[in-house]
Amino acid sequence: MSDEVRTLVIDGRDVAGASGQSILSVARENDIEIPTLCHLEGLSPVGSCRLCMVEVEGTSRLVASCVTAVEEGMRVTTRSSRLLAYRRRVVELLFTERNHVCSVCVADNHCELQELARSLGATHFELAPLHPVAEVDATHERFVLDHNRCVLCGRCVRACDEIEGAHTWDIRGRGTTARLVADLGVPWGESTTCTSCGKCVQVCPTGALYEKGRSVAEAKRRRPYVPFLVARGQA
Amino acid sequence: MGEIVIEPVTRIEGHAKITVQLDDTGEVADARFHVTQVRGFERIAEGRPVHEMPSLMARICGICPVSHLIASAKACDEVLGVSVPPVATLLRRVMNLAQVVQSHSLNFFHLSSPDLLLGFDAPPTSRHILGVAERAPELARDGIALRRFGQQVIERLGGRRIHPAWVVPGGVSAPLEAAQRDAILSEVPQARARALRTLRWYKENLSSWAEETARFGNFPSLYMGLVHETGNAAYSDGSLRVVDARGRLLVDGADPRRYWEYLGEAVEPWSYLKFPYFLPLGYPEGMYRVGPLARLNVVDQLGTPEADAELAEYRARLGRYPSSSFHYHYARLIEVVHCIDMIEEILLSPEVLDHHVRAMAAVNNYEGVGVAEAPRGLLVHHYRVDEDGLVRWANLVIATGHNNLAMNRGALQVARHYIKGEQVQEGMLNRLEAVIRAFDPCLSCSTHAMGQMPLVVDIVSPDGGLVRQVCRGA
Repeated sequence: MSDEVRTLVIDGRDVAGASGQSILSVARENDIEIPTLCHLEGLSPVGSCRLCMVEVEGTSRLVASCVTAVEEGMRVTTRSSRLLAYRRRVVELLFTERNHVCSVCVADNHCELQELARSLGATHFELAPLHPVAEVDATHERFVLDHNRCVLCGRCVRACDEIEGAHTWDIRGRGTTARLVADLGVPWGESTTCTSCGKCVQVCPTGALYEKGRSVAEAKRRRPYVPFLVARGQA
Repeated sequence: MGEIVIEPVTRIEGHAKITVQLDDTGEVADARFHVTQVRGFERIAEGRPVHEMPSLMARICGICPVSHLIASAKACDEVLGVSVPPVATLLRRVMNLAQVVQSHSLNFFHLSSPDLLLGFDAPPTSRHILGVAERAPELARDGIALRRFGQQVIERLGGRRIHPAWVVPGGVSAPLEAAQRDAILSEVPQARARALRTLRWYKENLSSWAEETARFGNFPSLYMGLVHETGNAAYSDGSLRVVDARGRLLVDGADPRRYWEYLGEAVEPWSYLKFPYFLPLGYPEGMYRVGPLARLNVVDQLGTPEADAELAEYRARLGRYPSSSFHYHYARLIEVVHCIDMIEEILLSPEVLDHHVRAMAAVNNYEGVGVAEAPRGLLVHHYRVDEDGLVRWANLVIATGHNNLAMNRGALQVARHYIKGEQVQEGMLNRLEAVIRAFDPCLSCSTHAMGQMPLVVDIVSPDGGLVRQVCRGA
């Protein structure tokens, strides 16, 4: 990121950012909230969840604000009925692709997906749920991976790789068959790379990764510590 | 020669129908209570972490989630191999007692009192809780207030009235605050006064239901329930006792976690509800009853003075082992008094505010059984888990199931007495439903072998032809 200043307009407000800075980052610096799920400050952005899509004047294509750098003279819209419809649909797709049963989930009331649905007003789904058969991997001594609740945001993959340096996690397969895997496909408890640091559990936005022994609604994350956990030295 | 169908059975919890078979002379040959819904929680539990079980299993029922929480948590306690802190045992007891109060109030006032107050032949358009509120506003108010009392106790303990996630494997998730205890205690006197007032009203009117008392599931059977070592009624703990119709002890002091030594389960093709029976006597001779009537028959005494005085009067009026299922209503009201007294007694003990409310552990046993008394009777949760703590097998034996044979027998008895030929009056059909209602079945709770309970009455001919079907809308 250079020190060159870029000036642009977000939601009608004149704002400024550094060249190379993402639209999302500049928006948040200016207290303009854009919903995100795969994004976590301190981890490299991947733009996979598509919730942070914004409209940029001059192009009909929506862009992911977490991976799009600000440009001089850009005019960005973060809220519109079109964007709201897209975001609700994204949430709907996430909910219906796996088995998200909030009432009996360890992350009930501590879940970013649930909170997104609330804030976006996604109260009902038009799509039929897929109800896939998904396993629970409870082979690790301290933690549980419940594929039923995983949204494939990849935060755990990046936290493990970029922060812990262990790179235990990857995502295998494509589409609805994609699964989070440890050590390229062994039960988590058999992983030789996992350091049991628990960073993946802390950064998980849903009830997919949690501490063993937690009952329903007990998977409370220590969110205030997450920024420290993933903070990297930045110039 | 025909069949009468009542579908759905109304003012019960879940979906069911009743069929009445007529012979060539138009006499009732048989009557069956069919449960037409399936829930399948035994399957849903498979593959899920054992720590999820109490809250997952509580979703079986919105009326008695607490009973499932308690039985499930006890099964999980055994899987973890922990000693539950004493205060957690007390707090779980209080919540289960509150649940009995609210559930019994729901059955007595909202579901059954329309028949009792307005009459079994009253027009269906007014034979409901609003009709009760019009005729006897104080009775209706007492009912609503008693239910609220029970629900508020649950909320003050667990944070919410329905499906609190507070009962967890190893204990409860948070201690009781002094302010909440004091709030509950301040409401006890009024709740007790309402319960005693209702009981007084019931006793004054008991003789007016003499015909129903004689015909509503009035037969000898075994009775099963949990009792403390003292012979007092037990709701969350205790050992298993089975007595026969004359009070002979068939099982006493038994560990209810070994339920399979005493219970067999039969299946009939015409109902999703299994037919448990007392194993030593075989099927269907091993018919037994659970729930309020059975509990009052198996205990020596309840254990609180006011309720025990009422129990003594009950036994003086009806005999030591009343056999009519109609007396479920009377027994239910005495239990409400007892449970309110017990809530007070426990909450007055100083240790109830202790903060050590949960024992934490990993999986130490691969099997666990939890048994408690639900409002409707004995409730068994039985899980087998793998070494990672994932449930691989679950068996639920639900209170309503225990009473299945007796409910069918009761339906037959009522049908034989009230139905002659195919000309059936609405009041007769209502009596068929009312005998089922006396048991307070919860079909949503009880059908897991892989359901749904509005009820239909079918009248069928000997050749199987449907003569008449009475449906009342789901």
